[in-house]
Amino acid sequence: MTVTTTAAGTANVSAATANAAASAAATAEATGPQSLTMAKALNTAMADAMRADSSVLVFGEDVGMLGGVFRITDGLMAEFGEQRCFDTPLAESGIVGMAVGMAINGMRPVIEMQFDAFAYPAFEQIVSHVAKMHNRTKGKLKMPMVIRVPYAGGIGGVEHHCDSSESYYAHTAGLKVYTPATVADGYRMLREAIDSDDPVMFMEPKKLYWSKDQVDLGALRAEHDAGTSTEGRAAVARPGTDATLIAYGPSVPTALAAAAAAAEEGRSLEVIDVRTLVPFDDETVCASVRKTGRAVVIAEAHGFASVSSEIVARVQERAFHYLAAPILRVTGFDVPFPSPKLEHYYLPSVDRILDAVDDLQWED
Amino acid sequence: MTIHADHSAPETAVEDQAADVRTKFGISVEDYMLPARHQIQMVNPDGTLRPHDEQGTEPGHEYPTPSDAELMAAYEQLVVGRRVNDQNSALVRQGRMAVYPSSHGQEACQVAAAMCLSEGDWLFPTYRDAVAVMTRGVDPVEVMTIFRGDWHGGYDPKEHNVGIQCTPLTTQLLHAVGVAHAAKLRGENTVVMAMCGDGATSEGDFHEALNFAAVFHLPVIFFVQNNKYAISVPLSHQSVAPSLAHKAVGYGMAGERVDGNDLVALLAVMDRAVKLAREGSGPLLIEAHTYRMQAHTNADDATRYRPDSEVAEWQAKDPLTRMKSYLADKGLLDDAASNRIAEHAEAVATQLREGLGEEVPVQPLDLFKYVFAKPTPQLKEQSDMLAGELAREESAK
Repeated sequence: MTVTTTAAGTANVSAATANAAASAAATAEATGPQSLTMAKALNTAMADAMRADSSVLVFGEDVGMLGGVFRITDGLMAEFGEQRCFDTPLAESGIVGMAVGMAINGMRPVIEMQFDAFAYPAFEQIVSHVAKMHNRTKGKLKMPMVIRVPYAGGIGGVEHHCDSSESYYAHTAGLKVYTPATVADGYRMLREAIDSDDPVMFMEPKKLYWSKDQVDLGALRAEHDAGTSTEGRAAVARPGTDATLIAYGPSVPTALAAAAAAAEEGRSLEVIDVRTLVPFDDETVCASVRKTGRAVVIAEAHGFASVSSEIVARVQERAFHYLAAPILRVTGFDVPFPSPKLEHYYLPSVDRILDAVDDLQWED
Repeated sequence: MTIHADHSAPETAVEDQAADVRTKFGISVEDYMLPARHQIQMVNPDGTLRPHDEQGTEPGHEYPTPSDAELMAAYEQLVVGRRVNDQNSALVRQGRMAVYPSSHGQEACQVAAAMCLSEGDWLFPTYRDAVAVMTRGVDPVEVMTIFRGDWHGGYDPKEHNVGIQCTPLTTQLLHAVGVAHAAKLRGENTVVMAMCGDGATSEGDFHEALNFAAVFHLPVIFFVQNNKYAISVPLSHQSVAPSLAHKAVGYGMAGERVDGNDLVALLAVMDRAVKLAREGSGPLLIEAHTYRMQAHTNADDATRYRPDSEVAEWQAKDPLTRMKSYLADKGLLDDAASNRIAEHAEAVATQLREGLGEEVPVQPLDLFKYVFAKPTPQLKEQSDMLAGELAREESAK
């Protein structure tokens, strides 16, 4: 495949985005473990995918010159030209609907919804077409597209900027829903989502964008090239023996902090990072609960009719006789996501998780 | 694959277009984008040719008459379309089809929308556009199985470059934009026909699709069949714009109105639109004035919201009888040709009736087979469960 990046295509790219492209190239060349943010890992995943396949396109609101409001697409326009990374008119249904047509016609669009709650205008396109096209056409039309959604709270965001909208998508048959919680998974899972012939709602915990970790990009690339998959594979983020904390996305670090605190009190908690909500890894989650006999599910989203309630239902259906206590949940309250000064009352906290763990009927 | 198309900056695009229009047509860009003062109409309802100066054309809005061969081929499709529409309505009444949104009365639009396209072009139809899909070359039986209730889609969209007949109003216009955009990025010369109705122009996706197509300067023809009703709601409740075609100028594209029951005018306008789009004009909006002669579907009762007199008025403007007498007067259609065309229509109807009459057993496990390209363990479990139920049912027989 040939990609012709014309001079005209890059002519009015700003110095800032050009610098970002240079820095991306530097990241690309680095070998061995390096300190990387999740933002950079996601950015590198897109750049690598665009280098590997000229049908991969990135578009959305402010993703071009600006590099995205969270800078996740920084440098992509400079490196790949305005044909492959571009800004669209401000219209989410238009972005998703156009991506559907592009997917029909041989492209692999990776599109950005600027914030969780701003994706709602695209809901009809997502639910009625993105999710159903493959089934409706008996696989004649595939929908190899990724809809990236920065989601959830913890950043002091104003109204409409902090929704946990994953349950809407997980409830929709035909969508896969990924949500990374670590820097390495940011790279791994986004590459896999872009490779996937199924549409993937890629839920990015925005409070983790600037979290850092030591990762070896060379190793991650080799893993990708070897076809290693994380879809439907939950990770044991911390092994333990007394109870299982089941978390995903933004709640994984909170669960890990709770497990660390519990360890100081002599209680060994296992933390499972679900990673892909659809498909769900019943096996790994249930194996852990069978081992520990106790579980708490943690999620920022409202608990009612949510991914967290689905997890509780699935685990008790499969591991009922192993349970020493009912499975409990620590979730957001069933209220609209609160204003910045109130959000810490709403979000699952270490204390609330530890309280739930204490309530797992240890005395019986 | 080579991606080399360029998104020109919008300001430049507008300036270029203004200059282009001045050079090409000697008029302002606004006069080019606004529809002509009157709808384009070439043949009167009685089949007589209108004098050239009464066809609604103006500088920049001039349309060459289609060739005799094109007119005859289109007329044949018109007759086939009418026969299929009426047979399908009968099949619904007999309970042999679940539902059929008939385009009876709108067949000229259906035929023109498909016939103006070339092989590599794309068509994005609505649920009422089955005749257009057939005219594009899709197997009639494959088109209609959706209405028999077999599956949500019966044909391979890639075989003839025809999107699945779309039910959620107007959403398909954006898919048309995406197909055109992808083709443009690869440097392909693809024109995309995006069909919708008058009610659909109220939807947000109509606005977004027209705007995206204009901003990215894509060769999409938005073809609005204004059949006067969205189920029961008349056009006056959808829009108070001077016409739907006037909406074009707001997006920076050209609009035109055409008599949607005049196949000659339709072909002339659509052929030119395709030519302009292929030459790089960007998108165009065409509004065809037509009428849905029958109810929305068999579940609807049109007598509740429109008078018989109005229906009778439109009956007199029927696209089929008009075209028939025009071609006969022109000496193109004699009895032999008429008979041959009627036989063709009958053959398609028979093929369709027999095809739909065949009992094709449904495959319950298909429910799970196509949800994902890469299946999930959960669907495997559910598929196994249904397979178990089926096996038990079978062994109980």
